[in-house]
Amino acid sequence: MLGFLKRPVVVTADINLNVVALTAVGLLSRLWHLAYPRAVVFDEVYYGQYISFYMKRIFFLDGSGPPFGHMLLALGGYLGGFDGNFLWNRIGAEYSSNVPVWSLRLLPALTGAFSIPMAYQILLELGFSHCAAMGAALLMLIENALITQSRLMLLESVLIFFNLLAVLSYLKFSNSQKHRPFSLSWWFWLMLTGVACSCAVGVKYMGIFTYLLVLAVASVHAWHLIGDQTLSNVCVLCHLLARAAALLVIPTLMYLLFFYVHLILVYRSGPHDQIMSSAFQASLEGGLARITQGQPLEVAYGSQVTLKNVFGKPVPCWLHSHQSTYPMIYENGRGSSHQQQVTCYPFKDVNNWWIVKDPGRHQLVVNNPPRPVRHGDVVQLVHGMTTRFLNTHDVAAPLSPHSQEVSCYVDYNISMPSQNLWRLDIVNRESDTEVWKTILSEVRLVHVNTSAVLKLSGAHLPDWGFQQLEVVGEKLSRGYHESMVWNVEEHRYGKSQEQKERELELHSPAQMDVSRNLSFMARFLELQWRMLTAKSDDSEHKYSSSPLDWVTLDTSIAYWLHPRTSAQIHLLGNIVIWASASLAMVVYVLLFFWYLLRRRRSICDIPEDSWLRWVLAGALCAGGWAVNYLPFFMMEKTLFLYHYLPALTFQILLLPVVLQHVSDHLCRYRACTATPLRGTSSRGVLSVDLGVAWKGLRSQRRHRGGTGEEGVAGWGGWESRGCCGRWGRVLMALGQPVELARLHGVQ
Amino acid sequence: MPPAVGGGPAGSEPRPRRGRAGVEGARAVGPDVGAEPAARSPKRPARGSRCTEAAGRWTLLTLVTLLSFATRFHRLDEPRHICWDETHFGKMGSYYINRTFFFDVHPPLGKMLIGLAGYLSGYDGTFLFQKPGDKYEHHNYMGMRGFCAFLGSLLVPFAYLTVLELSKSFPAALLTAALLTFDTGCLTLSQYILLDPILMFFIMAAMLSMVKYNSCANRPFSAPWWFWLSLTGINLAGALGVKFVGLFIILQVGWNTISDLWHLFGDLSLSVVTVGKHLTARILCLIALPLTLYTATYAIHFMVLNKSGPGDGFFSSAFQARLSGNNLHNASIPEHLAYGSVITVKNLRMAIGYLHSHRHLYPEGIGARQQQVTTYLHKDYNNLWIIKKHNTNADPLDPSIPVEFVRHGDIVRLEHKETSRNLHSHYHEAPLTRKHYQVTGYGINGTGDSNDFWRIEVINRKFGNRIKVLRSRIRLIHLVTGCVLGSSGKVLPKWGWEQLEVTCTPYLKETLNSIWNVEDHINPKLPNISLDVLQPTFPEILLESHMVMIRGNNGLKPKDNEFTSKPWHWPINYQGLRFSGINDTDFRVYLLGNPVIWWLNLLSIALYLLLGSIIAVAVQRGTHLPAEVEGLSQVLLQGGGQLLLGWMLHYFPFFLMGRILYFHHYFPAMLFSSMLTGILWDTLLRLCAWSLASSFLARGVYMVGILSLLLGTAYSFYLFHPLAYGMVGPLAQDPGSPMAGLRWLESWDF
Repeated sequence: MLGFLKRPVVVTADINLNVVALTAVGLLSRLWHLAYPRAVVFDEVYYGQYISFYMKRIFFLDGSGPPFGHMLLALGGYLGGFDGNFLWNRIGAEYSSNVPVWSLRLLPALTGAFSIPMAYQILLELGFSHCAAMGAALLMLIENALITQSRLMLLESVLIFFNLLAVLSYLKFSNSQKHRPFSLSWWFWLMLTGVACSCAVGVKYMGIFTYLLVLAVASVHAWHLIGDQTLSNVCVLCHLLARAAALLVIPTLMYLLFFYVHLILVYRSGPHDQIMSSAFQASLEGGLARITQGQPLEVAYGSQVTLKNVFGKPVPCWLHSHQSTYPMIYENGRGSSHQQQVTCYPFKDVNNWWIVKDPGRHQLVVNNPPRPVRHGDVVQLVHGMTTRFLNTHDVAAPLSPHSQEVSCYVDYNISMPSQNLWRLDIVNRESDTEVWKTILSEVRLVHVNTSAVLKLSGAHLPDWGFQQLEVVGEKLSRGYHESMVWNVEEHRYGKSQEQKERELELHSPAQMDVSRNLSFMARFLELQWRMLTAKSDDSEHKYSSSPLDWVTLDTSIAYWLHPRTSAQIHLLGNIVIWASASLAMVVYVLLFFWYLLRRRRSICDIPEDSWLRWVLAGALCAGGWAVNYLPFFMMEKTLFLYHYLPALTFQILLLPVVLQHVSDHLCRYRACTATPLRGTSSRGVLSVDLGVAWKGLRSQRRHRGGTGEEGVAGWGGWESRGCCGRWGRVLMALGQPVELARLHGVQ
Repeated sequence: MPPAVGGGPAGSEPRPRRGRAGVEGARAVGPDVGAEPAARSPKRPARGSRCTEAAGRWTLLTLVTLLSFATRFHRLDEPRHICWDETHFGKMGSYYINRTFFFDVHPPLGKMLIGLAGYLSGYDGTFLFQKPGDKYEHHNYMGMRGFCAFLGSLLVPFAYLTVLELSKSFPAALLTAALLTFDTGCLTLSQYILLDPILMFFIMAAMLSMVKYNSCANRPFSAPWWFWLSLTGINLAGALGVKFVGLFIILQVGWNTISDLWHLFGDLSLSVVTVGKHLTARILCLIALPLTLYTATYAIHFMVLNKSGPGDGFFSSAFQARLSGNNLHNASIPEHLAYGSVITVKNLRMAIGYLHSHRHLYPEGIGARQQQVTTYLHKDYNNLWIIKKHNTNADPLDPSIPVEFVRHGDIVRLEHKETSRNLHSHYHEAPLTRKHYQVTGYGINGTGDSNDFWRIEVINRKFGNRIKVLRSRIRLIHLVTGCVLGSSGKVLPKWGWEQLEVTCTPYLKETLNSIWNVEDHINPKLPNISLDVLQPTFPEILLESHMVMIRGNNGLKPKDNEFTSKPWHWPINYQGLRFSGINDTDFRVYLLGNPVIWWLNLLSIALYLLLGSIIAVAVQRGTHLPAEVEGLSQVLLQGGGQLLLGWMLHYFPFFLMGRILYFHHYFPAMLFSSMLTGILWDTLLRLCAWSLASSFLARGVYMVGILSLLLGTAYSFYLFHPLAYGMVGPLAQDPGSPMAGLRWLESWDF
């Protein structure tokens, strides 16, 4: 009980000063003068808008990525007390005093800084030396493209952080697999992997590539686990379930959570409302909700309605008609019915109102009690302002000659009878007698005589149609498409006389609050779908580039230019790092295939454990580069140099891996041939050549430096001339790395 | 190092139990599988002389083939009008017979074969193939249809043989043959003048010969081995030569070859030299041979089509000079551009056309109200421009002035010949591409302002060089704003006569939109040279036609507000394609898979994945399988695996394609899926039979299972056969229709 009184409480802190120093320098490089320039730099102009929306709690839709990244940036704004009042309209605009520039840029800078020690840790966990780890971290530290990108209010550095975190925690997890499965740290790292993956996906869709890579590596490991016959079936099952929970279930839940928080945060209606469905809009505060509040739920005969097209492309619009008629003869010589135009109009207008009429009766008011319209009923639609009937007939539509013209019928007495009966087809019905509901029901209007469906064709009418959108009757057989589906947005029961008004008010049906009717999942699915299908105008950009330009660094982006002093910020990589990292990539691939082919012929150039380490490092680093880079060749959107940075990070990690491998194995053959202890019977031509090269190098060193370095030089490789030799000595002096001692012993 | 990490993702240790094509592996598996059926097939008699067995084998094959031919050729001549895409491919066949040059997004082999079939059967190429529904009248179309139906009929025996080779089980092969014979979709697609039966023929032939040569693996370099290997190569060339979709079967064969070589390489009893021989043989037969044949089809294509036709405009000016009837053919024009020359300027990108202007102004509110400049695809006097020096307005054609050539880097002015206005640009936004500047015609009688000056540059040439007609790729850079003349490729509205927009783009990217060449060139002061010297070489033609085809394919984009077929619709048979007729009075043919077969296929894929993963996990856990199950799982994992790979390769890439897609794109994948179904159900029933103790019961279960599947598909064909052979009378929702009650999905419209 009181054991701690008998024995002293001892805390042994094991602090790797390298990591501390790296973090400190990283923070310094990323945070120094962070608030400079006090002006909008490049894409801050986009992200800033969204932050302002968050601050003002206004709903917005951004097709470029999931909301987590934006929310993180907004967190910075929240902590800095930003009120969202800034007009983000121009790159280079000076920030006003209410914008907390420092705290807005803090989070990306911190993530950028912490990526450096993580790179260090990843190499250690991959089983490489402290020296290689140090090299990777230093390369990350001094890569100026990464510095530039981290010091601004941009999301790439956050993405890179979560990518590296996912890889690191997976490595930690899999390294603790052998000794302590199901221990606390095992669970911690496993869970962290899932969380980091979902965060990466949540910041940018691109994160999914790293997630898939981690999943692939995890499933290969799981497959080996299944093959491990020392484990019982139950044990294997537990392992698999734990992995599935952590790597599949948790990311999904986290992803949903991001949207949940997002939708809670932005609850007010805003400029992007129009893109969403009426039901979604009604769930936001203000905007449509204010109009639709308290309107009757069930559409009845005599209802006055506005009909919105569900597809909403090219623009969201409402079924519309006006006094003008179709021109007798079109410009291309085809004729029309010369009846009143029916169009789709993207603005609220009194001409958007239609009255639902029972074909059997003459009245245009709602009965008492109201008779609801149901699926399958035949109705007429009367245009409110002109009292003409919605009509279609076998006349070619103005711009889509394969479809029927839709008009409001005008009787010219020319033996063209009116055909104004429409059958109501509720698409999202649950039963066949479902009532037509405001906002919620998505309906098709099927013409009774010709079975054509009312459809938005998407074409803009010429001047005679006031550039409004064309509406046509499309043959049902052409297949289902959302542009044929409409929903009632505004709705009121028609009352022709003042006296009846009060009566009807009294008997009005149960009012509904649509926002409660729309579940989170429905809102999430709609928002996600609209985000994925939102078309960014794929316009070219002055600084856009193609993926091939990135590797060779043939492109750069001028981020910011001071209008007077010409001070500027330029996104440009360090060509030495980029070139050497690419070279390392090539060397890795060549060596990998060389080993692979020779192993196939049962010739093992390197010991089994270092081969496995080599493969795993390649799968994560070279694989990480490939999955984050190659998919861009198939993308059609506008691409910029900064899209390459996540791939570059992985490539940078590969560079020290390759260097250490070359020095450990290829360069050591020289030494091995000298010592008869290691009988390596088969030695490739390549290794011999490299060995000779290494001999030259070493003799050079011997002339220049002392003899004390040799032990280190033996494993330090090419890099040992630079940082590594020195660091190696420091590390050896500290007596920490075991590998060093072991390798030294071999020498 | 823990084993989880230790395993490494690229576990490369050789696994003898998966050694499929290695010699040892084949020997180990071969007799096992070969001997197995006799023992484990409850259907066939265990004993029986080799002779009767061979006879039975041939009888079955003949039966399958005959049935297939009978179904495909039954009522082949109906309907006697053009159906669906016959209008394209029939027309292209006619072009070959008439030797008229045309352009299509597919490689030429399929259409060449159609043309050949038509030619041999006496069709004279005079039918116009204008639109679906046009009557053939007296024209002989049966040769072309018959050819396609012939190739389509061969699919069934090919599938039969492939499955037989993979599973060594007659019932599995029979089931596959039945599925394909009785599928209304395959049947419909094989009965018309289309590329699909030809494509599927080559795909299946390649698959069959690949499987055959795999089974020759224990006799490498023998005559049958060489035969099947080179036949694979030939069929690959055929598949790629019909449609670019043929690439998928190439990937499959490539994958098979790589894993094959990998096993050979891992077999330490073979010397490296032997492996090298294997590698060389494959490179010869699977790369060199197909490439040669593929190139040869193009050579024939260009040799046959030597007359100018509707495809000219898609190709570069130099290319057009080859075609007789084209105004560039045998033309002789001055070689180097000089001041005073009258020229036409053509955009290098396909289907943009010539720089054009006309006496119409940009409408009010769209930039400056000056004369329109557009691009136009057809030849017209308004395409003519005079190239002048920027600073003088003297007539350079005056004989007293010596000829001065235009050089790379010169500042020039382009005067529109008909209207005497200069090509002009300024800081107004272009009509459609808002980020670019507007290009107009400006000035009176050639006198304008400094916004009319352009610097002419030749791509990849040194300053001061002369500019060659047709061959030089030039850019026109606006001197004042520094922008580049280009065409955005967007269609102008009515006011611009639906010609294409011309802009001046401030982004100095090297895209084809902003690169031009000089095509016509009139200058009386210069000597003409024959254009023959400019003619492109064959490799250049080959490259150009591929670029044009790829761009044409990318150009086939679906519209936003149209219903389009999505890849996920296909395996569930969501909606068919109307080949002919709409109303109840028409003769209607509807391309739709037999739903029973298609949904069985879908179910089989799911079952296969389930069963396959169970077996794979069991093997990985080291469970000892009984000998019978071991043999069956070998067939399932290896034979079935190849077919599953084929299905995936022919299906999933469509999800990534941006171009417009149609239902019939699924049919190659459907072939693989049907073969997989055959193997799966055979294996599944055998497993069921094996798990039942009594051999009598087992045999019964197996027999009943296979028979009911066979009869079920046959009966469903009886139900749905009007889809393929044509329906007349009321539509299916009418109870009096022949198809009443068969419209199981609302989305089917027959």
